[in-house]
Order: sequence, then C-alpha cells, then structure tokens
Amino acid sequence: MASDTAGATSVVEPPVPSARPSTRSTPRLDRPVRRTWRQALARDWRLYSFLVLPLIFFAVFRYLPILGNVVAFRRFRPGSSIFGDEWVGLYYVRMFIQDPAFWSAFWNTVILGGLTLVVVFPLPIVLALMLNELRSRRFKRTVQTISYLPHFMSIVIVAGMVFQLTAAKGTVNQVITSLGGNAIAFFQDPDWFRPIYLTSEVWQTVGWGTILYLAALTTIDEQLYEAARIDGANRWRQTWHITLPGIRPTMIVLLILNIGSFMAVGFEKVLLLQNPVIYSTADVISTYLYRVGIVSNSVSYATAIGLFEALIGLTLILSANAISKRTVGASLW
Amino acid sequence: MTRGVRPRDSAGYTAFRVVNAALLLAMCALVLYPFVNIVAQAFSSEGYINSGQVNLVPRGFNLTTFHVVLSDDMFWVNYKNTVVYTVVGTVIAMALTTTYAYALSKKHLKGRTFFIGVAVLTMFFNGGLIPNYVLINTLGFKDTIWAIVLPNAISVFNLLVMKSFFENFPDELEEAAAIDGMSTYGIFFRIVIPLSKAVLATMVLFYAVAFWNSWFSAYLYMTDPHNYPVTVYLRNLMAGVTSGTTVTGGNLDNATQIASNVQSVTMLLTVLPIVCLYPFIQRYFVSGVMLGAVKQ
Repeated sequence: MASDTAGATSVVEPPVPSARPSTRSTPRLDRPVRRTWRQALARDWRLYSFLVLPLIFFAVFRYLPILGNVVAFRRFRPGSSIFGDEWVGLYYVRMFIQDPAFWSAFWNTVILGGLTLVVVFPLPIVLALMLNELRSRRFKRTVQTISYLPHFMSIVIVAGMVFQLTAAKGTVNQVITSLGGNAIAFFQDPDWFRPIYLTSEVWQTVGWGTILYLAALTTIDEQLYEAARIDGANRWRQTWHITLPGIRPTMIVLLILNIGSFMAVGFEKVLLLQNPVIYSTADVISTYLYRVGIVSNSVSYATAIGLFEALIGLTLILSANAISKRTVGASLW
Repeated sequence: MTRGVRPRDSAGYTAFRVVNAALLLAMCALVLYPFVNIVAQAFSSEGYINSGQVNLVPRGFNLTTFHVVLSDDMFWVNYKNTVVYTVVGTVIAMALTTTYAYALSKKHLKGRTFFIGVAVLTMFFNGGLIPNYVLINTLGFKDTIWAIVLPNAISVFNLLVMKSFFENFPDELEEAAAIDGMSTYGIFFRIVIPLSKAVLATMVLFYAVAFWNSWFSAYLYMTDPHNYPVTVYLRNLMAGVTSGTTVTGGNLDNATQIASNVQSVTMLLTVLPIVCLYPFIQRYFVSGVMLGAVKQ
C-alpha cells in the first residue's frame, strides 16, 4: 500500500504554466524520460488493470480470427481446433481459382464495388457544396437532419423498404405503369440488381457522407473568399479555386478508405437483397463465401476465399495510400 | 461560366440558388418517401394495398394488422430480446471502451503506443467471416447472448473519440484529486466519469443504435427463434421463412400482399424507438463523428 501512495503522489506534476490544452501534449521535462516496465507497473498498475479486459477482447475476438485464417491452408474438421488439423498447402486456393462460381462472384464484386465508388463517392461532395450555398441556417439544418435519417436505420429496414417500393404493385411500378410502361419484376431480373443496390446505397449514405465535408468546409478561411471576390471571381470560380482545394485532403482520405473497402461491398445488404434467380449479378465474394462456408460448411475453402478478398482489399488500400502520398502528399498514415 | 462580378448576387447566381434550394427540397422528399410509404401501408386495409393504391396516405384506415402483429407472442419475445441485447451489449461495450480509452489517454503510460496500435490495427485487418464464425462456435456462444454482445464490445472508432476526449480533460482536476490522496480508480469513477456525461451519452447512443439495428450476428448464431432479435424476425418475414403471424387464418386470397402489410407494421414498430429519439440524438452523433474525424 505504501508503494501505491508513493506511486500516486508521483503522478502529481507542477501545474503547466499555460492552461491551453495544446501545451499538454508536449512531453514534460521534469519527468524521467525512460521507465522500466517494473517501475511503470508499480506506479500505474491501476491504469494497467483497465487495459486487461479490453486486451482480452482484442486478443480473442480480433486477433484469434486473424490467426484463424490459417485454416485456408489446413484441413478443418467440425469440432476440432479453430486452426484446423493438417496442412494441405494451396489445395483450397487452387480450388477457388478453378471455380467458375467464384469468378462470377469476383467480377460481380469488382463491378459493384467500382460502380459504388464512381456513383456513391462523389455525391456527398456535391451535396455538401449544395448545402454550403444555402444562406438560411434553419433550412440547411433541416435538410441535413432529414438526409442523415436513413443512416440510423437497420439494414433490414432498408431492405424491407426496397422490397416494398419495388413490389409488383409498389410505388415504382405504379409510376412505370402510369407512364405507360409495363410493371417490372425487379427481383426476378438480374439486370435490375445493380441499379437497385446503388440507388438504395445512395439513399442510405449520401446525407451522412456530407458530415466530414461540411466540417472541412467550415475550416476554410473566409478571407480567401473575400480576396477572390475583390479579384473579381464569381461563385463558380470561388468554388473551383477555393472551396474544392479546401476540402481536398478530406476527399483524398475518404477516397483511400473507399478504395480499401472496395471489395467488401455491402455484404449484409447484398445478402438481404439477393435471391438465387439473380445470382448472376447479385452474388459477390462475401455472399458466396457465406454460402460456401456457413450454409455448405466448407470452412477451409471459404476461409481461403475470404483471405484472398482481404488481401485484395489490403493491397488496394496500401497502393492507394502510397500513390496519394507520392502525387498529392495526403495519406492515411 | 457566369460573369457576374458584382458584390451582390448576379442573375445567374440567384437562379442557381433557386434551383439549388429546389433540388435539396426534392432530395428531402425522396429521402422521406419510403418512411411515409411504410406508415401509409401499415394503417391501410389489405384491399387497397393489393390493388396498389397506397402511397402517401393510408387507404381504408384500420388497425387490424397492428392487432395481428402485437398479438403474436414471438414478436414480443423477439422485441424483448432486442431490448435485452441492446442494454447488455451497450453496458459491456461502454465498460470496455471507457476504461481502455481512459488508460490510453494517459500520455505517461508506458507501452501506450503499442496499446493504441493493438486497437487501430484491427480497423484495417480483420479475421473475416468464417474464422469468426468458427471461433464463436468453438467458444460455445451459439444460441447465447454472448455471441451478439461480446464480439462487438469495442468499436475502435468510438474508442478513439473517447480517447481524444479524455486527453483534453482538464489535468488540474485529476491532479488536485491525486493530491487529496485519491487513487486512479477514485479519480476515474468519482471525477472523470461524472464530468464526462456528454461524451458518455454520445457513446451510449452510438452503441445502442448499433446493437438495436444489428441482425447478422443473431442470424448467424441463433438457431432457436426464441433468441432472435426483432430484426431477424423482420428479415424472416421478408424472406417468407415464417408467414409472420397467423394472418393466413382468415379468408385472404393473396397471402404475399398481406405479408407486406404485416411487414410494414413490423418495420414501423422496429424503427419506432429510433425515429422517436432521432431528433434528440442526431446532433450528438454528428458532433461525435466530427470529433472522431478531427482527432484521428
């Protein structure tokens, strides 16, 4: 107990001269620079005790599954270790390389991910710029509040809405028939899956996506606009030369993140929306490995597919980050 | 494009502002429409839904479907499960996230960078669906609440938001308490926690909404329908796995259309708590996300 009190008192530092928070982040000179682990534990064991449960959480629920990917190269028998039973080398990798259903899912993933990137990524920027032109703060806040709403909905609710709107007698078909067209059976036609997915994705994410851009917009120096006005720049020129460059770092960071999650196209949503009739466009890698691994119980095979998907994602994010670092100087780390 | 250089708006810019406002209003209408449509269908009678006449306003107003859904025992069991999963999940998540974030916020903590790295790395790597599934089964969590609440106990994003909040916490208060002989535990529970209500409330909302809305872990790990949350109940309704309730008991000719009526009611009841809380919680979320974005 005595050592504890000693430890506790040594926490006390002389007050920092300035109360500004930024000064706190600089290392204090009056503290010993290095401490051994023994000293650190003796002094801060209560703080370290706070770390125990979270570290167990990370070890068990985050790092064990990462190690569990080793079953991609080992045979797995139900009920045995999560690391599999015996080495089989690249057996399962060869298996999916020769699997036409996998390649179909692979290309669907690439197309859907690419479309999402091209269609969904720019829209929040446009919306943020549009919101930025509003002068009435109340109107702006109302539009924002409404556009965020879908973000708070469960994906199951979103899927339910999609089914309802595209039903045989749903609103979309009512519009089509009233314009003289024939009602469309949306979920029996593979051609319609991508438009439906993208539309619902835009509906759900576009408003929420504006948050970071709007935050970035507020940091742009008003004086830049004033100077531009004096130089005779109109609103378009101001947007082009000041606003867009001002939010460019945000755009790049979000673009890199989007590229990184490119292969992981909305798994839950696709799973909820797909059905066997439209697998030719609606089956993506993650839903395919779900069926293989969980419905059909081919754990090792599905793990090999999942590992491949994760490696592509990792490669994409690393290269996007490296390219962006070289070319525009912005990066995630 | 336009050449208006005047300090006041040019004609072109005024026209743009009108179009801009109109487009934003149209967007709001499109965002809200699906919600309005659910409400309209939920209160409509089957005949009108069958013939596709329900869009914005309920036709043939009735509450029959509400009675049908609310008298289904399984709906109540599943709704109660959602509440339990949300509460237990949020409590566990808050306990783990707050303590970890607090310890990480102490700059003198030896190994701090490592402990931050342990968390942040999991934002970029994860084990993937199948290894997680095998793990949960191996741990024997199948058909227990632990399969839902434990694997999602820490969101690294929330963790970083809290960490940056604690980093900006006034040191002087903690120092004063330490001088008075309070231990780290005392400082944490009696000084830091009570003074962090705003950020704690935000985090509770983040976690609670996430647990309320989640369906996939339950879908994956729950085999007994008595363990489903209401989202899985709804999903099965949509997939036609269950007919929902005893709707088919009457002399109904088109079971699928009636199902859509039941679906609307279930959807409405599922989103009800969130929509009711939404006006109050929305700005917390926004400021939380901004804090997280700025501080990362």
